[in-house]
Amino acid sequence: MSAPQAPVAPARGITPALQRRLFLVGALLVAGGALSAVAFGDLGESLVYFWDPTQMAAAGEDAVGATIRLGGVVKAGSVEWQQDRGSLKFIVSDGKTEVAVEATGAPPQMFREGIGVVVEGTLTQSGVFASDRLMVKHSNEYKAPEGDMSADERKELYSTVEGL
Amino acid sequence: MISLLGRAAVLLGLAACATGAVTGVVAAVRQSEEALKWTRALAYAFSACMVVATVLMEVALLTHDFSVSYVAEVGSLATPVWVTIVSLWSSLNGSILLWGLVLGVFVGGFTWSTRDQSPLQVPWALAVALGVGVFFTFLVAGIANPFTPTPSPIPTDGPGPNPLLQNHVLMIIHPPFLYLGYVGMTIPFAMGAAALLAGRLDAAWVRRLRSWMLLPWGFLTVGIVLGGWWSYEVLGWGGWWAWDPVENASFLPWLTATAFLHSAMVMERREQLRGWTLSLVLGTFLLTLLGTFMTRSGIFNSVHTFTESPIGPVFLGFLAIALLFSLGLLAFRLDAITAEDTTSPAGLTRDTAFAFNNMLFSAFTFMVLMGTVYPLLNEAITGTQISVGQPWFDRWGAPIGLSIVFLMGVGPALPWGRAATPDQLRRVGVAAGVGALVAGICAAAGLRSAWPLATFGLSAFALVVTLDAMLAPARARAQARGEALGQAALVVARSARRRYGGYIVHIGVLMVVVAHAAATAYQTRETLTLKVGESGTAGDYTLTYEGAAWQEQPHRRSLVATFALADTSGPIGQVTPRLNHYRKMGTPIGTPEVRSGLRHDLYFSLVNVDEKAGFASIDVHDKPMVIWLWLGGLVMVFGTVISAWPSRRSSESVPPAAATLPQPAVGV
Repeated sequence: MSAPQAPVAPARGITPALQRRLFLVGALLVAGGALSAVAFGDLGESLVYFWDPTQMAAAGEDAVGATIRLGGVVKAGSVEWQQDRGSLKFIVSDGKTEVAVEATGAPPQMFREGIGVVVEGTLTQSGVFASDRLMVKHSNEYKAPEGDMSADERKELYSTVEGL
Repeated sequence: MISLLGRAAVLLGLAACATGAVTGVVAAVRQSEEALKWTRALAYAFSACMVVATVLMEVALLTHDFSVSYVAEVGSLATPVWVTIVSLWSSLNGSILLWGLVLGVFVGGFTWSTRDQSPLQVPWALAVALGVGVFFTFLVAGIANPFTPTPSPIPTDGPGPNPLLQNHVLMIIHPPFLYLGYVGMTIPFAMGAAALLAGRLDAAWVRRLRSWMLLPWGFLTVGIVLGGWWSYEVLGWGGWWAWDPVENASFLPWLTATAFLHSAMVMERREQLRGWTLSLVLGTFLLTLLGTFMTRSGIFNSVHTFTESPIGPVFLGFLAIALLFSLGLLAFRLDAITAEDTTSPAGLTRDTAFAFNNMLFSAFTFMVLMGTVYPLLNEAITGTQISVGQPWFDRWGAPIGLSIVFLMGVGPALPWGRAATPDQLRRVGVAAGVGALVAGICAAAGLRSAWPLATFGLSAFALVVTLDAMLAPARARAQARGEALGQAALVVARSARRRYGGYIVHIGVLMVVVAHAAATAYQTRETLTLKVGESGTAGDYTLTYEGAAWQEQPHRRSLVATFALADTSGPIGQVTPRLNHYRKMGTPIGTPEVRSGLRHDLYFSLVNVDEKAGFASIDVHDKPMVIWLWLGGLVMVFGTVISAWPSRRSSESVPPAAATLPQPAVGV
């Protein structure tokens, strides 16, 4: 089946073979660049931001409509859960800033006041955080962060919640 | 005692593979049979040391020898024996040891399969494989040493392994398959590097390289499918794939390995795409290293804390060395083997389809890699934490994936190296017609949205071409010889097992693609919160909450909620999803109840139970076709086994180790 091949003697300098290869590399670079431009041009709108309430407040208008994972503690006395209507409202706090959250669906088993949570959703125009995913962080080692949570602690919180 | 013996075994293994790597280079450079003999002996010694070390660790685990640090970390007198056995891979240090074992077995198998041959490349391949072995044994002997003695006082009991291990059997079997896939990529890497080092890449070596790639590729496929299945059965959100970094880490080498399996077929037939194909081999290994680094170093927790575990930086260093080594080989040695390259035949040939196939797989790899690494780079540079959302991956994965499905239909219909005949084109046309018809019927049946309809149509097209490619030779033979069609098909399939295995894998892929599209596009989900005795409806189904009760087991307490399930025609039975509380874990882990059927799955995930107030919340998912994901995976494994099974007549072309592939996978 395969066609007979003429032996090609190795040559020095800019051979046609080298030219072809250079051309190929150039073409690949151009194609790769174009692909990246198209694919990553819209990356910005698909990003998920890991923020605490203070960071979200600092982002201002940018937070409205963006996908956000908001991490913090459920404020004591703020939980309103209406079983019959499936409506869950609470306040997430990082000690400095508070955000009202409206979640869809039922709260997970360990959900309670004072517990660390990560809610995924977005900030609405009215300033309420609308969440469609609620994750709880609770373990024996876990201490609710008091006021300041370092970036790494917060990231650790996210990962433990997700990191099954 | 075991601590001492274990360290000795590991150190001996390290010495064996370090020496073997050196003698391998000597054997290659001096063409010395004597040195090659030594290299083989040292490779076997390395395998043996890894086996001994693993056996010693299992003995320590089973005898609860808490003076061994790893046993003190994951052992417990309370756990059942089978959990104790599998806790070898429940934590980092143990899984690195398992890693060493798998590498030892692969290196041993490769050495054995090349025992009575000495082509130019063999000593180089052994040297490179043992060089990789040096790194892993160094990890086991050094920073991830599971055999270090426990500082006194030696505890009388331990905490037990990660409870997730005990929660579902898939959690136990899916990591070893991923390891077999990851670690197995070392052999193709060594063989590819050897071809470059030796400056020789003949068709026999390519065939063998492809067989050694097919084996870990099969394991990786099983590992990925089982990982998705585990996620579905345990995590309770009803999904199997979330473009999570850990998932992407296993998908990336799978993509490049798949691209290689195709481009290698071009390379066997004609002297082209050599540099490209070898780049895929080397790149696949680098991606397995990157994947291990990403999943093992904890870098996704934070770019800034990953250095707290010494594994991260060491892996990054090895990755850098392997990358430089690969780039150096390609830059300086490629000329030695590409001198005979010929240009590809232009036009509508199978070669062209394969070239496009490789471009698409590369683009897919590039996209997933960027989406996975971008957040890390972004955090390293700007300090802000982000991740790339699932929609972005879906938006780019869908068109690329569907283009691949399209080519899967076009490729087998076209002949190698020459333009398609009018008859062949007519057959493609018929298949395309069937595809369009299927899409039309689905649309007429009320299915909406473009992506799933396109998926069904293109998959039907690819399926028809694949079946035709499988049946046409059989039909021709049956006509020519007057045999029965079934008998002719068997004879033909047996004579071209590799090709037929490949087609079966394609059918498995189509099953997975169609199931994924259908389940993702047409699933429904409803959350019900019910009082005891109260009923609620989700779609065509009615659930009545009957109450919840605790169930005690040695290693966990489970809160089991009972619901009566009925559809429009009457009661179906009881649904008992549960929440499992483990001793050392605050957050309960659910066991959703999954009622699988050929048409759809009903998936019940318990969200919460308020025992005092008598409420329970349950997520009810109705997902079409999910079972075909796992069945498709099974078909892919079946095809891989058919393809890779060593043939008796030419035991040369396929490694004997391929025979170990089928059994564990089918039992799943």
